[in-house]
Amino acid sequence: MNASVHTTAPALAANAGIPLRDILPWGVFGLIMAALLIYFVGAEQGATSLISGHSVHEFVHDGRHLLGFPCH
Amino acid sequence: MVGRLLARGMAAGIAAALLAFVFAKLFGEPQVALAIAFEAAQDAAAGNAPEPELVSRSVQASYGLLSAVLMYGAAYGGVFAIVFALAYRRLTLSSPRVLALLLAGVGFLTFVLIPDLKYPPNPPAVGLEETIGLRTAMYFAMVGIAIAISMISLLVGRALSASLGRWNGALCGIGLGIALVALAQFGLPDINEVPGNFPAIVLWRFREAAIGMQLVMWSTLGLVFGALAEHLLGSSSRQAR
Repeated sequence: MNASVHTTAPALAANAGIPLRDILPWGVFGLIMAALLIYFVGAEQGATSLISGHSVHEFVHDGRHLLGFPCH
Repeated sequence: MVGRLLARGMAAGIAAALLAFVFAKLFGEPQVALAIAFEAAQDAAAGNAPEPELVSRSVQASYGLLSAVLMYGAAYGGVFAIVFALAYRRLTLSSPRVLALLLAGVGFLTFVLIPDLKYPPNPPAVGLEETIGLRTAMYFAMVGIAIAISMISLLVGRALSASLGRWNGALCGIGLGIALVALAQFGLPDINEVPGNFPAIVLWRFREAAIGMQLVMWSTLGLVFGALAEHLLGSSSRQAR
């Protein structure tokens, strides 16, 4: 990991963006959180189900349709 | 720095979601109501009992819709901030506001328009219960393919800009992207489960509202995040960085 960071760093040094090693932990955290939210809005109690019943599906029902996710 | 960008991305996403909710309430909900009325009429004609309401329609159309849209906005606001952090001063040297608006356009294409061209949003009463697994898998596959296509197009466009110039490099990237979208469209199965007697105008208006709502969401996200990021990056470059 560190090796690749060091080899790419000089090429970007002139206009250095935000270093990748700074982005990585927040990136992983943000993507996991986003995936969880999208899952509950878009798929829970549809194709797959973590919580039994239909209450999550029914609650987000209109949003799921209007945001373009498959429903029913 | 990235943590602060992430927080601003989610905040911008929530602001965008509030506007998108207003749009959805005004233009989307009337079509949802018409589609549900169609469904109820079909059920009644077939002699089936109406579906039980676990959550009342008024809750679905207000708090339920608002919660779903807020979760969606916060989620894509976070994703947006991370992509912005990666692209900042790497993809282009443009100001944060310009980069944010460019990335919002790419986000709309990637997460909304490209998947929707193949698998468009459908109102209630459209879609068979037994194909939900296939439809969900194909929809998310199309989103994944759209993400890959956008990344390929951006990277190829950027690489070609060095030799062809920015305008022609960008055009080549876009052209390649369009060709790849067409390829994906031919490769994945078609799904059409619209009942033959479903009113065409309701379907059209519903899809207009669904895509319009996303346009409101993504353009607001780009503009609000751009302003917040410019403030943050501007003030930090004057200090430490």
